[in-house]
Amino acid sequence: MGDLWAQAWAVARKDLVLEFRTRTALLSTVVFTVLVLTVFNFGRDPTAVAAIDLAPSVLWVTFTFAAMLALNRAFQLELENGALEGLLASPLSPRGLYLGKLLANLAFVGVVQAIGLPVFVLFFDVPVGHVWLPLIGVIALATIGFVAVGTLFSAMVIRTRFAELLLPVLLLPFLLLPLTYAVQATARLLANRPLSELSGWLKLLAAYDIVFLGLASLLFPHTVDE
Amino acid sequence: MLSAEALRHVFGEGGGQVVALDGVSFNLTPGQTLAIFGPNGAGKTTLLKVLAGLIRPREGVVRVTGGRRAIGWIGHQSHLYEHLTVRENLHFWASLYGVPAARRGPRAALVLERLGMADRADQPVWSLSRGLAQRAAIAKALIHDPSVLLLDEPFTGLDLAAAAELRVLLGELRGDTGGRVVVLTTHNVDEGVELATDVAFQRHGRFVHFAPRGGRGSAEIAAAYRRAVVDG
Repeated sequence: MGDLWAQAWAVARKDLVLEFRTRTALLSTVVFTVLVLTVFNFGRDPTAVAAIDLAPSVLWVTFTFAAMLALNRAFQLELENGALEGLLASPLSPRGLYLGKLLANLAFVGVVQAIGLPVFVLFFDVPVGHVWLPLIGVIALATIGFVAVGTLFSAMVIRTRFAELLLPVLLLPFLLLPLTYAVQATARLLANRPLSELSGWLKLLAAYDIVFLGLASLLFPHTVDE
Repeated sequence: MLSAEALRHVFGEGGGQVVALDGVSFNLTPGQTLAIFGPNGAGKTTLLKVLAGLIRPREGVVRVTGGRRAIGWIGHQSHLYEHLTVRENLHFWASLYGVPAARRGPRAALVLERLGMADRADQPVWSLSRGLAQRAAIAKALIHDPSVLLLDEPFTGLDLAAAAELRVLLGELRGDTGGRVVVLTTHNVDEGVELATDVAFQRHGRFVHFAPRGGRGSAEIAAAYRRAVVDG
């Protein structure tokens, strides 16, 4: 088990150093997130629908598409000089590889969300001051599920043509459930509903995370097998 | 140390099957270098991928003393990350091969010194020439001090000077640490003959010739290759 975490950390650390050094994907994803929020901000009629009613959906649609961009690059890194082949021939276990990619993707998406959330608050003028901690909890729970499934599919499509197109087509149907749960939980949070009203959605998000983390780590070795 | 027993592998299913390996067997001990010559499509890369554990053969068994940790592999590509320095790449691969953290630095320094790349250690890989990148790939393959070294077409893409330099380097490495098992493939008989203790010719997935090199030079090996592979 110690070996597994050490290997996962080596992979995650390498991915984050590469990302920090090039910053291409991170910058693109952050710019994309801000642009989507801007488009939603200016593309709505504030006299027809209140911002507070629209805000949860906008937040999660934005985060979903931003995560998709981030996940596309997860295994692209390994195509460079055939590194994936080297990883698979090394003693690195497929689970160690999955876990490493998962950790790096969570960090990557987390940074994008940390920048996107204040922009969202600014544009939609939503009161998050008193609910910021539970809101971060909802975001974290939903993101773990998104990234767990996305990391698996990212590995699955990487050796196909048009991987960038294929990933959203495969992934989006699997994100509908956590997206629904996250929107419901966020809507209740922003409407100042009691936390007890959220617990059901949070449990569903947690259940999704557990099921798909388990399934993805079981299936991952088969997706990278040559 | 490294043995292959009746390896058979096919790609595809049904009528579209391509036989890549067909009954390949050998046994190599430390100090032996097997050079496998064969035309494109003979199954050389598939054989090395099977030996490296990257492809599971349909039939047959590969035995490597020490398992995956004992293998150093140089494929068609360097497996190096362009935006990491040579040293960072070596540290990363060392960690995957279980080299303890305290030993990674000294080991990387030793390997880079051995390959004449000490002054390039902190250069990003993207800034290296093809010949230096190939050296860095060899450094990556040696970082965990493997007892088995698999080299797939190591001379491909190198100019004459870089190829000659690499031949000298591989000759030196063969004798390191009391002898490694080295398996190298090439489609050019002139390359690598002098490194080999044993020579195999591969065609349509089969070894059509497998024997110690003895005192044979590249001209004799080339003649034998023509008879067994080109004319045969």
